[in-house]
Parts: sequence; structure tokens; C-alpha cells
Amino acid sequence: MSDLFEVSDLRLSLPDMARKPLLGAAPRIDILKGLSFSIAKGEILGIVGGSGSGKSTLGRAMVRLLRPTGGTVRFDGLDITHLSEAEVRPLRRRFQMIFQDPMSSLNPRHRVGQIIGAPLRLHGVEGVQALALQALDQVGLPRDFARRYPQELSGGQRQRVGIARAIALKADFILADEIVSGLDVSSQAQVLNLLEALVMDLGLTLAFISHDLSVIRRLCTRVMVLHHGKIVENAPVDEVFSRPKSTYTQELLDAIPLPDPDQPWI
Amino acid sequence: MSYLQIRHLSARLVGAKDRLLRDVSLTVERGQVHGLVGESGAGKSMIGKAVLGILPQSVEIVEGSIELDGVDLLQLSAAERRRRIGAHCALIPQDPLTALNPSRRIGPQITDRLVQILGWDRTRAETRAVQILGEVQIEDAARVLRSYPHELSGGMRQRILIASAFAAEPKLIVADEPTTALDVTVQKQILKLIAQMQARHGTALLFVTHDLGVVSKVCRSLSVLYGGMVVEDTAVRPFFAGPQHPYARALLAATPKYTDPLASLQPVPDAVIAQVRQEVKASDKGWFHV
Repeated sequence: MSDLFEVSDLRLSLPDMARKPLLGAAPRIDILKGLSFSIAKGEILGIVGGSGSGKSTLGRAMVRLLRPTGGTVRFDGLDITHLSEAEVRPLRRRFQMIFQDPMSSLNPRHRVGQIIGAPLRLHGVEGVQALALQALDQVGLPRDFARRYPQELSGGQRQRVGIARAIALKADFILADEIVSGLDVSSQAQVLNLLEALVMDLGLTLAFISHDLSVIRRLCTRVMVLHHGKIVENAPVDEVFSRPKSTYTQELLDAIPLPDPDQPWI
Repeated sequence: MSYLQIRHLSARLVGAKDRLLRDVSLTVERGQVHGLVGESGAGKSMIGKAVLGILPQSVEIVEGSIELDGVDLLQLSAAERRRRIGAHCALIPQDPLTALNPSRRIGPQITDRLVQILGWDRTRAETRAVQILGEVQIEDAARVLRSYPHELSGGMRQRILIASAFAAEPKLIVADEPTTALDVTVQKQILKLIAQMQARHGTALLFVTHDLGVVSKVCRSLSVLYGGMVVEDTAVRPFFAGPQHPYARALLAATPKYTDPLASLQPVPDAVIAQVRQEVKASDKGWFHV
């Protein structure tokens, strides 16, 4: 199996506007401090870390919503690190993103059908409507949902629309950023099952960003743990949960309240 | 001995036919922690708000009683109810960012309630504020009291809200999803702190959460809600050994558990939802109120 993403020594810093002097440039804060890893085709990689660990920034740098300040990102052998927006655009249909908050990532004035069709139209694909309906089928929503507005749907259903939009273009790679953290446990389980089935059926590669190790254990094949912008652990999922190498991973595991009154915790 | 006793409480939107709370009964024992669990829209926060008398004006209580230490709050005049709730109850809110007024210093935000509702004099209230901040492990309390919320970290603000809730030695605290927005390591610290404070002060706690993992750590008993109806009300140990109601069982099976990845995170079966909806409907039969 070849690697879909190869990332080496990825660095990213952003200006710290809170400390910007009145005149002159703001000092920069390093968010990502030299990350190297790869994602094989067909893999489900979990990216986990506390708030501020840089996990969302990493995701955004990989799909080039942010421009890295150093290192290289290769997508399917092609160096995309410093491509201009115009150069990246044709590639965008191959990597799609699902966002955390389905309420703010779905346009409230557009119907579901339009929302799912938008990226198809943007890339000039033929037969937008048929493909949008097909995507609805794939995420298990009834076809008449195409005429509804996002606010008429429940949280779980909205997140399915986000997934449908991402798979409608037949992307190779999907980045899911905390997509189940706003959902109730029952819809959480449904969305995870759906993602897992889609990865199998469509041969997708998935990077799944989450702060919840339990969810990662359920879905992912490999886990990468970030702490203060560095990779502290990158291993197959079973290994991380049975023999975590880093003390930070152990700390994260110990902090999870299991639904079991006998777990020594507090 | 029970401190809070809710009996057959029903509430609805003003003018609407359907109820939001359906015949809710539950008990919080003196000095004990009771969990209120359910998915979004189950009515768990609404029960907390009803107890504190802060329901939105669009919601009316149509039936039932809320007894605090044997006195039914719903029979009191509005002023008397406010005085009684203010003296004996407090809230730990969900979101530490919005719960504090950004344009006022921390100090008065803690002491105002003590002065205005409990009639303390200002010096006594200020001494108490310093002392209670010390209890939640905030050093240099004097500086913190002079700070504005934006000058403090999120974890610090959550500690301040906890301290503020305990400041007047309430008998009952409603904690409304106090750790939902936090990541796991911070969540653990905050839950630990709430548990310590609760034990030290012997406060009864009504703990609203959607996370059964958290319930198993901090609660002694719990009520599981669906559609504004209590489907199961029991002690924590028997519940986690095996819930009685099919919906409660499904909810527990849906809760993530990394030690048991195959058996946890199960979707709630449609048949279970259909059944519990049927029960909600059945409870509406024979319910009549103009």
C-alpha cells in the first residue's frame, strides 16, 4: 500500500495578535513544531490531543486551508506545500473536509440538495442532481431531504449532510474535524458506523480529528497523539491503548471517565 | 432524609398542548449527588431551571410540586420563592465564558449576591470571597478579585464559578453540564474539585449531564430522562450493573468505553426509540389541563 499523504518536518506559525505592538509586526507563535508522518491509502488515522495541541491546525495545513511555514506536504506524490490557491483548486476535489459544527458549516438559506451539489457544480461535474441524490442514499437519508433546509434536520442528520457533501465528489481523502463531539451519544454511534461503512465501500482514506480517545478507538486503525504541536505518539490503535509509550497519552487515557463506578478515577 | 423532592411536575410552553416535562418525580437526598441524564431535548436542564425558579417566561408549570426542605416552592409568593431559593440554592453553569459579566470585575460578581440577597455587609462578603477562592486552590485571591474575566484562563473562570456557587453555603447546588466544554484532563480536575467541595460542605447536588461516564464518577443516584419523562430512577451501582428500562440500557450501550470498543458506542435501536416514544404518548393519555 502506498502513502496518500507524506508529511515531513511540517512547521506552522501564526502571528500572535494579542501581543502585537501598536507599530510593527506581531510576534509569531509556533503552532506546529516539525511534524513528520504519513497516511497510507485506505487508512483511518485518528489525530488526538487536548485543546491547543494543534490538531485542527494540522488538519487545515494538510488540506491547504493554511499555508505551512516550513517542511513539506505531499499528496499522492505531489508536493502541495507551497502551491497557490489556483494550483490547489483542481486538487481540492480529491480531498474534502467535514466540519465540526454542522449548523455553521451548512448554509441556512440553501436546501440540502443545493448544499450537497455545490462542490459538484464548482468543479463542473455533469449530472449534479443525480449525484447529490446518490450521496443522500449513501449516508442513509431519504431522498426527499434534498428539498429541506438544514434547520429542519436534527444534529445527527445535519452531520450526515456534511458527510454527503464530502463524498459526493468521490474524493480520495476526507478530513473530519471533531465531527461527532456536538452530537448525542446515540447519533454519535450512528455517524461513526456510517463513516466506517463508507470508508470500506468507497475505498476512502480518512483523517479523524477528535479529543475523545474512546471514539478514536472505535473507528481508527492508527492513532497520532499531539501535544503542544509535537507528535508524542504514532502507532496502531491497539498498541496505543494497551501500551502507550508517552506519559501524555497515559494521562489522556486516565482522564477518561468510563461508564463504570468501579474504575478508580477521582 | 430528602432535601429536594419533586413530585409529578409537568410543564409546557404557554398555550401549547404538549408537555415539555411529563409527570417528573425525583428526590435529592441531603448532602448527596443525584444525576439527571438524557440526550438533548430530554428536559434535563429544564428541571434544573424549574428548581432554581429561572424557567423562561414562555414555559409554565401546570402541575406538581417542588419541595425544598419540606416547603413547596410553587405555593410561595414570587418574592418569598426568590428569597428562599437565593438563600439555599446555587447554580454552577455550563459555560464559564458567558456566565461571567465581561465588563465587571470578579469580586463584585461573587459578593453582590451575598450582599443583595442574603443581606451580608460588604466586608464580610469580601472576606468570604477571599476564603472561598482559597478553597478552590486559587492563590493570590486579592488580585483575582480585582481582575476582569478576560484576564483569566478558562479553567480559572470555571473555578471561580464553583467557588461562587459555594460562597453562601447553599444546601443545594444545580450543576448544569459544568464540564461539557472542557477537554478530558481539565474535566477531570474540575470534577475532582466539585466532588471535594461537595463533600466538604455537605451540599446536595443535582448534576445535569449527558455523559454516563461522568455520572458513574460523581453521582450516588440518577434519573434517566426521555421526552421530559423519567424512564429510570435508581442508585448508581444497580444502574451500571444493568439498567431496567430498554432505553436506559441502550443509552448505556451507546456511551463510549475505550476498554470495550466492540460492545460500546452502539446506536440506539429504532425499536427502542419507538417503544419509549409510545410510553411518552401513553403518559399523555388522560392528562388534561386547560
